Amino acid sequence: MNNVYYGKLIFELSKEGRCGYSLPKNELGQYKLEDMPAHLMRDEAPALPQVDELTVVRHYTNMSNNNFGVDTGFYPLGSCTMKYNPKINEEMCNHHAFTGLHPLQDPSTVQGALEVYSNLQYSLAEISGLSEFTLNPFAGAHGELTGLMVMKSYHLSRGDEKRTKVIIPDSAHGTNPASAAVCGFNVVVVKSRPDGTVDVEDLRPLLDDTIAGMMMTNPNTLGIFEHNIAEIAQLVHEAGGLMYYDGANLNPMLGMCRPGDLGFDIMHINLHKTFSTPHGGGGPGSGPVGVREGLEQFLPNPRVVADEETMSFKVVSNDESLGSVSGFLGNFGVIMRAYAYILTLGKENLRMVGPLATLNANYIKECLKDCYELPIEGVCKHEFVFDGLKDKSTEVTTLDVAKRLLDYGYHAPTIYFPLLFHQALMIEPTENESKETLDGFIEVMRTIAREASETPELVKTAPHNTPVRRLDDTLAALHPVVTYTELVADNQ
Amino acid sequence: MSKILEGLYYSESHEYVKVEGNIGFIGITDYAQHELGNVVYVDVPEVDDEVTAGEEFGAVESVKAASDLMSPVSGTVIEVNEALEDEPGLVNKDAFENWIIKVEISDLGELDNLMTAEAYKAFIGE
Amino acid sequence: MNYKYFPHTDEDIKSMLDKCGLKSLADLYEDIPGELVLHRDYELPEEMSEVEVRKMFDELGEYNQTLNCFIGAGVYNHYSPSVINAILSRSEFLTSYTPYQAEISQGTLQYIFEYQSMMAALTGMEVSNASMYDGTTATAEAMMMAVANAKKRNKVLISDTMNPIVTRVVETYAKFHGIVVEHIAAVDGVTSREDFENKVSQGDVAGVIVAAPNFYGIVEDYTGWADTCHDNKALFIMNCNASALGVIKTPGEWGADVAVGDGQSLGIPMNFGGPYVGYLCTSKKLIRKMPGRIVGATKDMDGKRTFVLTLQAREQHIRREKATSNICSNQSLMALYVTIYMALMGKQGLKEVNALSYSNAHYLADELCKLDDFELAYPGKPFLHEFAVKYKGENINELLDTMLDAGIQFGLKIDDHTLLLCATETLSKDDIDDAVCICEGFQNIDK
Repeated sequence: MNNVYYGKLIFELSKEGRCGYSLPKNELGQYKLEDMPAHLMRDEAPALPQVDELTVVRHYTNMSNNNFGVDTGFYPLGSCTMKYNPKINEEMCNHHAFTGLHPLQDPSTVQGALEVYSNLQYSLAEISGLSEFTLNPFAGAHGELTGLMVMKSYHLSRGDEKRTKVIIPDSAHGTNPASAAVCGFNVVVVKSRPDGTVDVEDLRPLLDDTIAGMMMTNPNTLGIFEHNIAEIAQLVHEAGGLMYYDGANLNPMLGMCRPGDLGFDIMHINLHKTFSTPHGGGGPGSGPVGVREGLEQFLPNPRVVADEETMSFKVVSNDESLGSVSGFLGNFGVIMRAYAYILTLGKENLRMVGPLATLNANYIKECLKDCYELPIEGVCKHEFVFDGLKDKSTEVTTLDVAKRLLDYGYHAPTIYFPLLFHQALMIEPTENESKETLDGFIEVMRTIAREASETPELVKTAPHNTPVRRLDDTLAALHPVVTYTELVADNQ
Repeated sequence: MSKILEGLYYSESHEYVKVEGNIGFIGITDYAQHELGNVVYVDVPEVDDEVTAGEEFGAVESVKAASDLMSPVSGTVIEVNEALEDEPGLVNKDAFENWIIKVEISDLGELDNLMTAEAYKAFIGE
Repeated sequence: MNYKYFPHTDEDIKSMLDKCGLKSLADLYEDIPGELVLHRDYELPEEMSEVEVRKMFDELGEYNQTLNCFIGAGVYNHYSPSVINAILSRSEFLTSYTPYQAEISQGTLQYIFEYQSMMAALTGMEVSNASMYDGTTATAEAMMMAVANAKKRNKVLISDTMNPIVTRVVETYAKFHGIVVEHIAAVDGVTSREDFENKVSQGDVAGVIVAAPNFYGIVEDYTGWADTCHDNKALFIMNCNASALGVIKTPGEWGADVAVGDGQSLGIPMNFGGPYVGYLCTSKKLIRKMPGRIVGATKDMDGKRTFVLTLQAREQHIRREKATSNICSNQSLMALYVTIYMALMGKQGLKEVNALSYSNAHYLADELCKLDDFELAYPGKPFLHEFAVKYKGENINELLDTMLDAGIQFGLKIDDHTLLLCATETLSKDDIDDAVCICEGFQNIDK
């Protein structure tokens, strides 16, 4: 990042009469847009900027310098799996033989694209131990919603209409209860034990014939493997419910464990976490949903199936399906990247992803637990949670520690989640980070802990070296200014 | 230590009702405003809307959290505190002075289901 | 072990395990019951070098055919400036997460603010969210927003002139969320005003969803529709083609409460269906009912103008089981895509794109209708770059196959006698003449 803050808006670079595009000449000028009925046309052209091409290029290039990405530095953001986004994936997703395909063009002319879709379906099914996947959902939360729709469709198909509740642990990602609510389920919360895992005794009385299923993240959001999973799955199945696996934390499982083998019936995978597709500042992601045998017919339309007879791929829809959650076949560009990743690693490297990610997490945990409060001892998986600084005598909070990390050139961990701990600081390195990178981070975390005790003011007013300083969140929410028009009006 | 006023009725979801005749002034407690932090928005019903004991009638929003407002009593809204529209932070300044809605209570008997100041004090563990 | 994405040497692994008091990598999984651990390799191919990966995609690509595109139906082949991909490949944008740490995310936050400003200007609405997955899910979200806003109503109306692909997604969300969707009949390619007024006046409708231009490419007249909706306490929701909004009357001008749609037409490559970007704009009054992320302007400690995610308390992952929306992220990178597109094109460029497409589509329509086999499905109805034609020949499938052989995707077959055709600025007069020539030739063979 540069230290020269670049803060102009594109609108402030605009000058009447400039342009940044070139289009073909109109050879058919006798057909005039002006012939459209005037009352159906807008009164004034939209207030978009007028800028030349170089100005646009410099503007966004300078802007990018105020951003931090995985390519910039270590990004230990818990539950987000900020792994390296290989460049070959980008090259493949921009392959000219794929980018110009219209989603509704004749299936005979998109067989290569359908084969990519089908091969990724197969690969994910093998990795997760389930039967079939849809790649249509656009993101993790969208996958959760789709998976819950499968769950509901399954119960309704059996005429079992009283199953209106979904059980969710108190440590779950906020999207779990949100997706359940949007899917029309009521949420029942099951408590965690002090070691962070689901309390089976608290679960038992919740199970009856109104339970549609249970959503779990495993390892859970504390990075702890739910070792009672087999028993939990059995209990839920006996009560007639289905088990949903939130794939947000799938990374440590690669090579070691398959959700299908743990008793899960439905799951989603975040391709933008486990399968290395870039987060893009918040999207596009992809949230494929897999199901065990017997639930395939409920997956969303359209579906891609291989037609053995004609040796080709078909796009089909079926009546038992839950319906459609996307216009076409999902974020195809993201699917291309994930497939390139799986091909590149191959089976011998995919199996190392989980163990190395887990080793990195445990190493950081062991190296820092003397200066940060570790609420749950023992081996973690790919991530773990500190409950703030060990030295509670100062007023330095988790937020302050996070902001001070920015000064040292690191992205902050996830903070104040999970909600089980007041000062939660959730750290997830990935398998791509070297021991030297981790040692550098550990050193800085120790320095910050020392600063918090010796010069707390320095930490409380951090960051000091970033393009901008701490922001006023309250002002933004009290008096929302969300467009340039409002900004101009506000300044006057 | 949160402020708790004697003579008011309190709910488990941290609303209070101050009763004058059959009129109730409903707001959130000092404890609740403290837990929420800087209030940036208060979503209120309209005058003449019906509210039901135990059911949502609006929401308070801080920078990091939104919390539904549950009515401690049933009745008809006769006034909303319009000052909160421009200055929601008044709730932080004095949660008891700055009530949110004023209702005509339809069943004073419902007050028996609420907590006294003393009980509320114990409830929040102070 | 030596693999390019894993920096661990054997020595590193050993010393790190030592620090953890463990002997082997397997010990990291000792808490997992043995019968649950996978004791075999995945049944997947072995690792591939970049040389092999490239070859693999080249080979797969040979089974695709990039066609001259006369098809739209919600996805449009518009010109995409080369600047955009160059900027998008900057890893500071590409490899960042959601901008929660505002101090090191001003790049993302600022372009989202620009995106919101541009989308508000384009739709004529006051505010925009930070973007959504695509146009279909954005429309479903608008439906849920209307129902949440109405509190006690759970019915929405959707016009039969809406793209059926959008309607299918809306109906799926509705079914699971407990919303009743009723259709407003289409008469002569446009939404029936009479049917709309009858249904909305029942007093139980939370929102009314219409399209501009509609599925058949027709620009409908919605004079008075917003008032009728508001008289009946329903929100008026318009799903609009983003590129067309550069010239057609805006949702803001029609008095709509919510404008939604897909931003793909703003230069995003067709990419076999995604990633695209959905937009959702509304009035300031409804800002707290709007789903999705929002970026707002504020100041930092030094008084510098900065941008930050705001009104986060409304967001679904914080609302948890109170959620009324499924959008928990945005489609940030694609929002950057359309932001750069709009910055380059500006107000004049968008108009020119529409003027060129208009000329091409109307020329195509005129030339086709000179042939005996074709006539406009809805003559006299105003359209921009897309229109439906009646095909009077017998063998529409053969015609379309002949076109495919010539490298042309000749529209979307709606039924055996109707085609939905589209022409954007990326087609030349020669491309159109070639297609018409095939139609003419086919007509002679057919007889």
